Parts: sequence; C-alpha cells; structure tokens
Amino acid sequence: MSNAVLRVNNLDVEYHTDAGAVKANNHVTFELRPKERLGLVGESGSGKSTLALAILRMIRPPGKIAGGEVWLDGVDLTKISDEEMRRMRGNEISMVPQGAMNSLNPVMRIEDQIIDGMVDHNLGLSRSVMKEMAAEALRAVDLDPKVGRSYPHELSGGMKQRACIAISIVMTPKVIIADEPTSALDVVTQRQVMQTIGKIQDQMGSAVILIGHDMGLMAQFVDRIAVMYAGRMMELGTVKDIFTDALHPYTQALIDSLPVLANRGIFNGLPGITPSLLDLPTGCVFNTRCSKVMDICTQKVPPLREHAPGRFAACHLLE
Amino acid sequence: MTHLLDLRNITKRFKGGTVALDNVSMWVDDENPSIIAVAGESGSGKTTLGLIAMNFLEPTSGEVLYKGKELKHFSSQELFDFRKEVQAVFQDPFAAYNPFYRVDHILEVPVANFKLAKGRAQAKEQIEKALESVGLRPNEILGRFPHQLSGGQRQRLVVARALLLRPKLLVADEPVSMVDASLRATILEALRTLNVDYQIPILYITHDLTTAYHVSDHILILYKGSVMEAGDVETVITNPQHPYTQLLIDSIPWPDLSRQWGQQEIVAVDGEAAAIGQGCKFASRCPHVMDKCRQSAPPLYQVGENAVASCYLYEGKSVLPGEELGTLFATKKPVTATG
Repeated sequence: MSNAVLRVNNLDVEYHTDAGAVKANNHVTFELRPKERLGLVGESGSGKSTLALAILRMIRPPGKIAGGEVWLDGVDLTKISDEEMRRMRGNEISMVPQGAMNSLNPVMRIEDQIIDGMVDHNLGLSRSVMKEMAAEALRAVDLDPKVGRSYPHELSGGMKQRACIAISIVMTPKVIIADEPTSALDVVTQRQVMQTIGKIQDQMGSAVILIGHDMGLMAQFVDRIAVMYAGRMMELGTVKDIFTDALHPYTQALIDSLPVLANRGIFNGLPGITPSLLDLPTGCVFNTRCSKVMDICTQKVPPLREHAPGRFAACHLLE
Repeated sequence: MTHLLDLRNITKRFKGGTVALDNVSMWVDDENPSIIAVAGESGSGKTTLGLIAMNFLEPTSGEVLYKGKELKHFSSQELFDFRKEVQAVFQDPFAAYNPFYRVDHILEVPVANFKLAKGRAQAKEQIEKALESVGLRPNEILGRFPHQLSGGQRQRLVVARALLLRPKLLVADEPVSMVDASLRATILEALRTLNVDYQIPILYITHDLTTAYHVSDHILILYKGSVMEAGDVETVITNPQHPYTQLLIDSIPWPDLSRQWGQQEIVAVDGEAAAIGQGCKFASRCPHVMDKCRQSAPPLYQVGENAVASCYLYEGKSVLPGEELGTLFATKKPVTATG
C-alpha cells in the first residue's frame, strides 16, 4: 500500500452549474504503483478526464476539488500552494492532453516548446544544456533531433503527437498522464506512439495513467484497468482479471460490446444512456442500465471494496 | 449488366496537386446488396471516394454512373431523385442536428421535402416505423431535443432518417468513430438491419478495421489514393496478403489478451507525398520493397478466390484489371458467426 507513487483518496470534484452542483468525480479512490501502467476507462461523461485534471489541480471554475486527497510521493497535492503545484507539474507529474498535437504553438519551433517548460521551472540550466536535453527527449520519442528546428505544420500527426510526449517527459516526471493520446491517429501510427510511450516509461521508470475508451488499446498496453461510470469508480483490477472475469456488470457489458475476431457479425450493444450527472439515480449509478439490478441497487450506493487481493469493485452482487 | 452505382477510373486531384484518388474503379449492385467497407488511414482518399459517390464532388477524370447513366448528364429531376435515393450518414452525430429544433424536425423535413406521406398520420406512422427499425422506441425519442439523446441514439436517428427515404444506396462515412465504444455495436447493428431487411447496399467508409470486419461483407483498402488490397472481408482481415494490409492488421489493438500487438516492425513514415504513376505508393515503407516497385505500380494480382492485392510479391498470379474490381464484391457470403 505505502509504496504507491500516486494515491488518490476519496476525491470529489464538483462543477457548479445553474441547475446545481454536479459531482464529476465522486469519492474516487485508487493508487498507482511505481512503473505501473494503469488504464482509466469509461464512456464520455464518466469523469475520467476530470480525474486527470484534478490530479494535476488544473480544474478551473466553475469546477473545483470539493474534497479528498491526492498524494504524490508523500505530498498531498490538494494542500500545497499554487506556486508549489506549478513546480510539480512537468517536473514530478506531467500530462499528454487530449488532442495534444493541436496544442502545439504554431509559430514556435518544437525545440523551443520543449525548452519552454524548463525555463519556466527555473532549473538553473544553461541554454545549451537544455537544448541537449530537448534533443535527448526527441531521440527518446524516436524523432530525429533535427525535428527540433521544425515548426508544427511541418510534421505529420504522429510526429506532432510524439513531440508533445517529448515536452511532457523532458524533466523525467514520476507520473505521466496520457489522455487519449492516440485517438486521432490511424492504427499504425497509434501503435508507434504507444510503443514510444512504453519505451520511455521503461527507461525513466515512470508510472503511466492511460485514459481512453478503447478497450483494445487497454488490453494491449496497460497492466491494470480502472473502470469509471458517472463519476464513480466501478471496478479496478489487473487487465487479465478484467478481461477474463469482470466482477462488475458494467465492466462485463463493456467487454461484451467489443468486437473480437471470433464473434464476427455479433453485436452486443450496451442499451440505454449514461445518466445525467444532474439527475443521477439513487443507489448505484448504473442501476438504470444494469441487467442484474436488484431492489437494494436503487436504495443504497454499493461501496468500492476489495473482493479478492487487488480486485476492487462496487456492486451489491458481490456484497 | 447495369450497376446501381458505377465508379470508373476515378482520379481526383485537388488544387495544389494533392492526388486523393488515383484511378480507382468499383461498383455497387442493388441485387444481392452487400456492405462494402472502404478502409484506409487519413489521407487515403476514402472520404473523397464517398463524396464522389454521393455527387458532392466531381472527379478530375473518370466517370460516375448511376443506374447506367453518367451523373454529369443528369437532369435536375434526376438529380432530385438521386438525392433521395442515395443517402448519407456522417461522422459527427452532434453536428447533424440543429440544437433549437426537436429531433422530430430531422425526420419531418425529408418527409415534406420528398412528399413521402399523404397527411400527418401517415407521416407519423412512417417515422415511427423507421425509428423502430433502428432499434429506437418512438415514445422515448420523439419530442426530445438533440442534447437529451446520447451520441448513439442520435446517430441511429440519422440512420432512421436515411431509411425513411427508402434509399437505394447508403454511404456511411465513419458513422461510429465519434460514438462511445459501448454504443458502437447498436449503430452497426442498425446498419446491418438496413442491409439485410431492406436490401440496401452500404458503402461503409472507415479507418477502423475492427468495425469494418464486423459489419461488412467486402473490403477495399486504400493507401494514398490507390487500392492496395480488396476482397471478401473475412479473407482480407484474417489472411492479409499485401504488406500494407499486414501492417494495418498487425497494428489493430484487439481487445483480446491472447492476441499480441505489433509483431511487425514499423518502417518510419517519411512524410513524402506520393507521386502519381511512379510505382507502388507503399514502396517507401514496405519491408519487401524491390526495384520494380519504385518504377511502376503493380496491378491487382488475384491472391485468393475472392481477394486481390496490388503487390509484385504475387507476380505470376492472374491479374484482375482495375476496372473489374467490382466483380469481387458480387458474391456475398453469409456471415458465419461463432460463439
């Protein structure tokens, strides 16, 4: 337990809307082990990107962290000052945002964009050292250091995405959060980018949180999977446990909806829609779509509990 | 024999010289209609092919025939009928709606525009029937605003709208790529229903080979505007012959722990634009590249009973003329689902 590099404890994130406060993250708890690859999956609106932003304390009004703790190596990120948090970002924990390749500055050379963060962090390094680090980061993501002299429009989508990864790893953070880093890329480039992330992770010994809804990518890349639904953590387990023996009916429905080679032409959609966060059902948030719903599910929220070593789930069926 | 839609030697060159399609031919029949997937990565020309098939774009050279007549010679009445008979489902289920109107609007407008119904009662009946055939319950959908529906429901509603018009052909361009994975199955199922129950051929344009494999009967793989491989989907996906297709299929992250991802080395993409008529488009990335690959583009070699690959590795096998590509899509094997 104690050796986790990142520990999130009962994290609540609220967005204030005209219709009232909604909880985009509701008592989210999990931990990330050193060098681990954790997949965070869920449908749109499940709160997975909110969780990433909350960990980095980048939730903006009308959203706010309403409770809970985020421990990174013995420091509770929710308690430190803004300035201290700013120093943490990039240095200790970094993010490859969604659609990262469109977040590059179009009028700045790639290498300057990599150096920018280091300059901001006052690392006290000379420009030539930082340039060498930038070149090293580019090499780490399998780009020719010459690419550093290019502008974003001169690069392909996959190259831009890898340049963004270079920016996020140049200060060797302990934790890298990648929010759908390959959603706009074709399968070949996707594989290249993911292999790059895996390789640099091995070299630097960082832990990675991969956010996405592509279970195929998760099966191929991560060690453990955390399943979110309507702001809550539903299940957490190793990729093997999740795929072969999911505990939660939601996880099982997600797995069943996936196209696999053997089941050509068989479609198992998940009926119904994600409930609005403004109007959540009482009890278990999944009870409106669950095929195994019981009376208690509409009355009481099931707790997230460890049902077997390392296997967490929140479901009354298991109680 | 007259084909429903016949694309002959289509080349599309955009201003600035980008060649989106390089002499591609195929056809779609309404007899024994099938779902044909047009697959490729961004820049492969798959969307351009769909736009040309729907007469939203004119090819630079080549002919598009609908029911045996060239589109550019169509009268305005014929074009009106063409618009009704060839329907589209696009990628973004959010952009298709006007947020200020109830979703009924998107169904009522075509009914009025194409005079499909005599009176309101009949219109309502048709609308409800169309909704039911895509697996939506009319009382849960009608009267709502777009934001009250999920992406999957919205996309199925677009399919229902297309169905309302009793189309002869449906062009679906990335219909599930913006929808959550858990809802994709319902849309694919709706497309399948349209094809089987209403006997409508579908051009399914996608970059996602897993959904293509599941929903379609045939597949056409494009790379930089040229056909790399084509044929029966089962054959092509489970036993790819072209090095590009092999790379694609090897890179699919299957949600299956027993299938390991990425055995094949990826040769770096060097960003160079494909030159027209100068050899195989894939030569610069191909692990098996030979001298002749860079000199002239390989023809379509018959690599299986129902599959062709444009690759010199299969030189010596019989050649299918590019214009005859459509013959591959004529026979439809029943979907053999196991498990």
